[in-house]
Amino acid sequence: MTAFRSLSTAMFKGFFRERTALFFAFLMPLMFLVIFGLIFGNSSGNKTKIGVVGDGPVVTALSQSGALDVQRYDSFDAALQKVRGGDLPAALAVRGNEIELRYAASDTVAAGTVQGVVGAVVDKANLAATGRPPLIRLDSGQVEDSSLSAIQYLTPGILSWGLATSAIFGAALTLVNWRKKQVLRRIRLAPVGTGTVISSRLLVTVGVSVLQAVLFVAVAMTPVFGLKLAGQWWLALPLLVLGSLSFFSIGVLVGSFAKTEEAATGITNVIVLPMAFLSGTFFPLQNAPGWLQAVSQVLPLRHLNDGMVDVLVRGKGIEALALPSAVLIGFTLVVGFAASRVFSWEDS
Amino acid sequence: MSGSTIVADGLRKRYGDLWAVDGVSFTVGEGEFFGILGPNGAGKTTTLEIVEGLRRPDEGTVLLLGESPWPRNPKLLPRIGVQLQASSFFERLTAREQLETFASLYGVSRGTAADMLELVGLADKANTRENKLSGGQRQRLSIACALIHDPDIVFLDEPTAALDPQARRNLWDVLRAIRERGKTIVYTTHHLDEAEVLCDRVAIMDRGRILAMDPPATLVRGLDAPTHVMVERGLLTVAQATELPGVDEARDDGVSLTLSTRRPAVVLSTLAERGALDGLQVRGATLEDVFLELTGREYRA
Ligand SMILES: Nc1ncnc2c1ncn2[C@@H]1O[C@H](COP(=O)(O)OP(=O)(O)O)[C@@H](O)[C@H]1O
Ligand SMILES: [Mg+2]
Repeated sequence: MTAFRSLSTAMFKGFFRERTALFFAFLMPLMFLVIFGLIFGNSSGNKTKIGVVGDGPVVTALSQSGALDVQRYDSFDAALQKVRGGDLPAALAVRGNEIELRYAASDTVAAGTVQGVVGAVVDKANLAATGRPPLIRLDSGQVEDSSLSAIQYLTPGILSWGLATSAIFGAALTLVNWRKKQVLRRIRLAPVGTGTVISSRLLVTVGVSVLQAVLFVAVAMTPVFGLKLAGQWWLALPLLVLGSLSFFSIGVLVGSFAKTEEAATGITNVIVLPMAFLSGTFFPLQNAPGWLQAVSQVLPLRHLNDGMVDVLVRGKGIEALALPSAVLIGFTLVVGFAASRVFSWEDS
Repeated sequence: MSGSTIVADGLRKRYGDLWAVDGVSFTVGEGEFFGILGPNGAGKTTTLEIVEGLRRPDEGTVLLLGESPWPRNPKLLPRIGVQLQASSFFERLTAREQLETFASLYGVSRGTAADMLELVGLADKANTRENKLSGGQRQRLSIACALIHDPDIVFLDEPTAALDPQARRNLWDVLRAIRERGKTIVYTTHHLDEAEVLCDRVAIMDRGRILAMDPPATLVRGLDAPTHVMVERGLLTVAQATELPGVDEARDDGVSLTLSTRRPAVVLSTLAERGALDGLQVRGATLEDVFLELTGREYRA
């Protein structure tokens, strides 16, 4: 066996024999998938409610439209009470051909939605009553694949974050631990080069990342979560490798100047969490100020994230890899160079 | 430099205001078992690491097999085997896996691992993980890792520190076995008694300097120190004992009666005539007495 292969083997075994590392690498991202799936998956909870008294074609059409959450009340007064109290955005009463709609203007979005939907249903009922075909026809539909749901966007984000966390932690902790326990010095006394040591650790990082991705995507594709991959999903593989490379370089940098495992853990957290939020892993960045979005452009997680959404979900082709790859490679070179400047084989 | 495997000349190393190594010179011949002794903080580890090429001396030169170990000299690395003071193992690997990994770092066949486990008496622990080994077993594994590539020179830093007496004695057998294989061994210890038993030659170090360097027997004989003869108390009174021919001084410490003499033969035959040899112990001078003589301080590890 070559030194490269046996060092990689030793590190793979060390990794798979530790439960904490396995938990953080494989179970933690799945836990986040479940949590975020629960938060964003249940979209019916987001529908605007309306209190309804009476019956008729308009109420039937409203119920069938699915645009509003129709709740029945016995008396209009009771429903109005709720609207005034802020428990209901709007109430509607049917008296023959008269329809009375009252809404709370304090919630402008809900008020607008209710007025729009009810107005449209009433207009349609009026048009139907004239017996004439509509003059103008509206054909509307969403631009994304009709299967597109929250899970499609969540999966690449959580996966990228999971890869970043375990790659940075893994590399940093190995270095700190090996330096502290003098394993690095001991290796230094054997006729193996620095390149061999670093590249074998890198192989472990990339290998673990690929395993993480396979497991994570496999679980996300089960009917419970319902992820559907775009045709050219395999384009995500080069991204995955480049992403691991850049996270590895961060890990080596942290592991180069941290003296203890505690310090390495702290520094890594300080890097990973803000990076995750700035990269739009958990929340979209559209509403963030411009300068913040500009900052996020230098973060590897941001580009891994964007690239993964493009090729895994949006079905974009190889051209979508260009920008993320360039940034990830550039980032790795810069941080890797910095790490090589501060790296040391031993304490003091 | 006929026969000199190691030549260290005028080594000095400073940490802040402290000269951890302050002018150390010695040579070690091929196949020699050389001990560097001294209390904690004497500068043993620093000296050893300079010789191994792990640290750069502020002054002085080292030649190992005719080559300088600093800066890192890849030509020399396969010819030296090092056990660092802290056991340095790969996390969560078994004893055999540690050895196999080190074997391939040196491009040696993995089969050697089994031989090494046998040599250090760990064959039955081959599949035990590093963190489940006892202190003595860890030290032995660490030594096996230093020997895996069959080096010419072996450096061992305090291999017997923190071991119980039984484990220490087991390790002595290992060290003797390595010696039989014709290796040059440099080892440090703060157990002076052990060095006396194992080493061909020792250097006694204190505060960064070598105070004396010779075979242990030569050092002890050079002392001209009295021999202590101990018997059970109650056989003789202190006054009676002091009167005996050849006895310089007698002491009763509450457990035994100790007689100091420079003519042990005379004292022993007199005691035998009186039938007063119960619980007899004879102790000559030791390296600890040498240390006391050299430094004026009691030896404390
Ligand atoms: N890296 C270091 N930085 C500062 N002081 C050190 C360092 N290494 C050793 N020393 C000091 O140098 C002296 C000699 O240490 P060392 O060589 O480890 O002694 P020994 O091995 O005999 O116990 C000690 O006083 C120790 O505190
Ligand atoms: Mg020491």
